[in-house]
Order: sequence, then C-alpha cells, then structure tokens
Amino acid sequence: MSSSKARKPSGLFRNLSAKIASVPMVLTALVVFVGGTAWTVVYSFTSSKLLPKLNFVGLDQYERLWSTRRWLISIENLAIYGFFSMIFTLLIGFTLAALLDRKIRGENVFRTIFLYPFALSFVVTGLAWQWILNPDLGVQNVVRSMGWESFAFNPLNDPDIVIYGILIAGLWQGTGLIMVIMLAGLRGIDEDIWKAARVDGIGTIKTYVRVIIPMMRPVFVTALVLIASGIIKIYDLVVAQTNGGPGIASEVPAKYVINYMFRAQNLAQGFAASTMMLVSVIIILIPWAYLEFGGKKRG
Amino acid sequence: MKTFTKLMATAALGVATAAHAGELEVTHWWTSGGEAAAVAEFAKAFDATGNKWVDGAIAGSGGTARPIIISRILGGDPMGATQLNHGRQAEELIEAGLMTDLTDLAEEQGWKEIVNPPSLLDACTFEGRIYCVPVNIHSWQWIWLSHDAFAKIDTAVPSNWNEFAAAAPKLEEAGIVPLAMGQQGWQQNGAFGVMTIAIAGLDAWRKVVVDKDADTARGPEYAAVFEAAVDARNFAADSNVQDWNLATNMVITGNAGGQIMGDWAQGEFQVAGQVAGEDYTCLPGLGVNEILDTGGDAFYFPVIDDEETKAAQMALASTLISPEVQVAFNLKKGSLPVRGDIDLSAANDCMQKGLDILKAGGVMPSGDMNLSADTQTQIEDLMAEFWTSDMSAGDAQERYADIIASAD
Repeated sequence: MSSSKARKPSGLFRNLSAKIASVPMVLTALVVFVGGTAWTVVYSFTSSKLLPKLNFVGLDQYERLWSTRRWLISIENLAIYGFFSMIFTLLIGFTLAALLDRKIRGENVFRTIFLYPFALSFVVTGLAWQWILNPDLGVQNVVRSMGWESFAFNPLNDPDIVIYGILIAGLWQGTGLIMVIMLAGLRGIDEDIWKAARVDGIGTIKTYVRVIIPMMRPVFVTALVLIASGIIKIYDLVVAQTNGGPGIASEVPAKYVINYMFRAQNLAQGFAASTMMLVSVIIILIPWAYLEFGGKKRG
Repeated sequence: MKTFTKLMATAALGVATAAHAGELEVTHWWTSGGEAAAVAEFAKAFDATGNKWVDGAIAGSGGTARPIIISRILGGDPMGATQLNHGRQAEELIEAGLMTDLTDLAEEQGWKEIVNPPSLLDACTFEGRIYCVPVNIHSWQWIWLSHDAFAKIDTAVPSNWNEFAAAAPKLEEAGIVPLAMGQQGWQQNGAFGVMTIAIAGLDAWRKVVVDKDADTARGPEYAAVFEAAVDARNFAADSNVQDWNLATNMVITGNAGGQIMGDWAQGEFQVAGQVAGEDYTCLPGLGVNEILDTGGDAFYFPVIDDEETKAAQMALASTLISPEVQVAFNLKKGSLPVRGDIDLSAANDCMQKGLDILKAGGVMPSGDMNLSADTQTQIEDLMAEFWTSDMSAGDAQERYADIIASAD
C-alpha cells in the first residue's frame, strides 16, 4: 500500500492491455447492472402503467405496496423460508458432508444420491413435490394405506403451513450442493490437524465444532452467499408447486414483482417492489461486507 | 428466463418468416383441443384469400401469452396480428401508436350495423377510431348443475341460486360437494362477479365497476353479495381441485352439485358426451338475472411499415368477421358469434339460451372493458385470499371498497 503512493503517476498505465481488454465488461456492468438498477429505481417513483412514463408521484407506489396484504404475506413467507432454509441447509449440508468425510464405504454412491436433486430444475422439483405432498397421491395416502387411517399430512392445502411444504422441496433440492461444497472444504483440512487433535485427546464432535468449522470460514461464506441468493430469488419453485396458493398464502416477493409488472400492467408498482427487494439485500449485505472487509484491515 | 428464451425463439421465427409477402404471423393462446380446431377455421379461411397464415400459438393461458405478445410489440418485433381480450389491455399500445387503425375498413363494411351487441365494437374503439376486430363473445354468467347429484338426494334440479342454496345442506349430507370451485384467483373472482350481477343487480354493479363508486361498494346491495359469497365459500369448502376443467369434471361425474363458470365449460360437457337438459342444466345469470356479459376475444394488428403486409392485415380483418367464418369458428369454440345476422341453428340448448338473451338485449359490458388490469389483479388477490381463509363478509367488503376507491 505504501509503495503505491510513489508510483502513482504510472499506475494508470500499468497492465494497459489488460485494462483495455476489460473495458467492455466494465461498460456492460455499468450500463446493464448499475444503469438498469438506477432506471428501475427512478421509474418506481412514477405512475407508469404498461409503458414507462416519467410522471412522478413521489412515494405513492411504496405506500400502496406496504398497505397491500399480498406484499406483506410475501415478505413474511420470504422471512420464514429464508430463516429456516438458511439454518437447515447449512446444518444438513454440513452434517452429511461430515458423515461422508468419515471415510465410509460407498461414499461415491451417497454423494451422487445427495447431489442428484440439484441437477433437477426448480420447476421439476416443484411438480414432483406437489405430487408427493398431494393427500390423495403422496405421503398421506401411503401412510394411510399402511394402516394408520387417521394420519393427516396435507401442507399444500393449508394456508398456515403451506410455506413449509415449499421449504421441504427447497431443502431437498438445495442441500446436496452445500454438502459438496462443505465436503470440499473438509477435504482441504490438513490431516495433521486431526492427528494433533487426537494426540490432545479432543473428541471428534468437539474437534469439528471448535477446530474444523472455524478453519472452514471461507467455505461457509461461499455457502452462505449461495443460499442467500437462492432465497431472495425464489420464484419458479413456488410457481410450479403452489402458484402462490391456496389463495395468496404462499406468495413470494419475486412473484409479486413479475405479476404486477406484466399481468397487472403496472410497471411502477412492480419496480417499487423490486426496489424494496434490492434494499433488503443491501441492508443484509452492508453490515456483512463491513465485518468481512473492514475487519480484515484492522486485523 | 423461460419467457426470455421463448421470446428469442419466436423473435427468430418472426425474422425468418417476415421476408415473404402476404404472410402473416398470428399469435394467440388457443391451444386446447376445441380451441385449436376453432383457430384452424380462421387459418383455412385466410389461406383461401391467397395469403398465408403463420401460426404463432403460445402455450399457456392469456396470463402467460399476453406479456410475450406485448414485449414483442414494444421491443420492435411485431407480429402480423394477435389475439387479445378486448378492453383496456391494449389501451396504452394504441396510445403509443403501435396498433393499426381499422376505421376505414370498418366503415366500408359497416361493422357498426352488423356487430351485436354494439358494446363489443365500443371496446375496440379508442378516441373514435377502431383498432380491433371482435371475433366471439364469452360470458361468465352461468351455473352448471349436475342432474345426477340432485337425483341422488331426490330433489328437483334447482332453477335459481336460492333453490340451489336451499338444497346445498342436503347435498352435503349425501357426501356431495355442493359447489365445485377451482382454487385459483381468476375462477373465484369470476364466480364472485357472477354473484354480484345475480344478487346486487345490474344498477349497483354499474355504479361500482363503471363509475367506481366506493359508497355503493360499501352499501347494502354489496353486503348481500358478500354474505352469499360466504355461503358459496362454505359450499365449496371440500372442493380441493385447482383447474377449472377438473372442477367441471366433478359436476360431470356427479361428485359436485354445481359450478359457477363461464360458457367455455360446456365444451367439457360435450367432450364427456353429456346432453344439455338431460345430463346437466345451465342457468344463465344463476337463474335470477338473465344478463350476460360480453367479454371475449378480439384481434389487433400491430403497425408494420410494409404495404403488402398491411394489405394482408386488412384481408385478415375482413375474413375474421365474415359470416361463414363466424359460424364455423364459433360452433367449434362454443362461444357466441359477434354478428346478430347469422344462422346458428346447429347450436345446442345452452348456446340457444345465450343467443336468445343476446337477441333480447340482456347484455352488459364485461369487467375487462371497465377495470384496468391493475385493479383486476388487486381484486383477484383479494378474492384468492377471501375464498381460502375465513375472512368475514364485512372485512372483505371493506377491502373491496378500498380497491374500488383507488381504481383508475
């Protein structure tokens, strides 16, 4: 850092060809991502309907958004789905990875089985779980036909718990990938650490919790980012599995955005909703980035 | 993402086909068996004029197809012609000058005289100019009753909603779902609309939907509608199906007493080999107020700067509304024709009932023509929530009135 100050005049021209080569990508990023985002935010303050028009109405769209029952339900669903999805994906993913890492027989077979759901799209996952959770075809029917007549398990038709039905499908699809990432992380841990822990007489579980997990911090960060982006953009799973039903009980924010932009032909309302999604991402991202990058400088 | 790839695929197709003269790519969302057969009648008639119909069917319902169609027009890759529901859906596209003005053709052929009811043409008219061709009339105001179900409880088939409501507890005792209802917003919203006309009457409906008068929406007529909707919700409590045709199937098999659904449901009865009046009964306006709305489909023609394409567009417009094509198309589609001057003696019992009501002038404009897509989506959301929760009639009415108050 200190030496760069002296070389500052020539800094701009260092690696010139590489910099020229990256200009198109920088422009794309600026125009498409930053520009598109700014455009969306600006138009969310207008009264645009089917076509974007610049007649500003202040915060009207946001006021309407936050007094719309469907949006509030969407946010609540996203919070529930996000909270449980984050915890269970990490927990199950890590547990499976740790079990596979114990040098068991047939590791390849299990790894393939656990990862396989990830190869399916959310639409296929949603449809498959719609059938599995259907009371007349799926789990409930199977258990009842085995003799437990009063067994009831019908999450997709109950507005109070439908989001958990979607959560199950989401976990089934997503944990495999996290398991593989965790497994790669575990394989990156030096054998000598384990030997040292054994010499010191530390138990296996305690070694995992106290030594291995702190060492896997970068892996956890990767997994966290992957899971979080999956949560925010959840859309196709819901469309395929319940289409927001019963009623509007399993609506999610992304679906609200699409619906209001295209079906309701109210661009500004959709833009306002997508801006709120962006804001929530930023609210989560900034403290994290501050801790992650700001912390390092101090350390 | 999916929409985008579809878009790219159709765009590529459009570029490849636009080169030939007299060819028109026509987009629509008629893909079920009966619908596809009906569209084929259009294609046959258009090809006979020496032009070529390039079919651009988009799978999925109007909700899927409309965004694709609109993005293509906005994105500078217009098709030759496209289906849309007439009403306010294309308003802004017309305002932006993206749709072809058909007024000259309409005056030449005297559409004003032949289109019945006239409200259909009004819905195509924007600031005095005509922008679309109506092709059929679909009405929502029907309830379909299963003769089997009522035979099981030894009750005569009801002739109106009140008799139906009175018979409902008996149906329930016999293990029959009184009212079949698909758990989707548009169906619940549609059924609610039908009950409004039947119970609150046309005047109250007009004040609310056309004049957007929130006070009437808060008033006693609408309170009665919401009370009846709560009853209907209880009748439909055990109806666990999603799609409308599955709900219709419950009526066909006698597992449900009845279903409130538009006239497209009779296609299902026909396919199942049932006869109107013997196996099922249809009551327009729930047997209370025999009034039909006049929603339906229309074709719009995006502006394309090419003389030959323009000529082909005009040829298609006049083909769509010609008497022979109207008869052939509507018999297959199960909808009513837009012309009052043609012979439809081949139509069945229920279609005849509909034709008689049209002749007697028992028509009203459809919701599509008066409420913007935005307001309709809000009402659909409310209905979806109302039908699947235990929201009270009063709460629902209050929120409905709020939406009407803010409607544009």
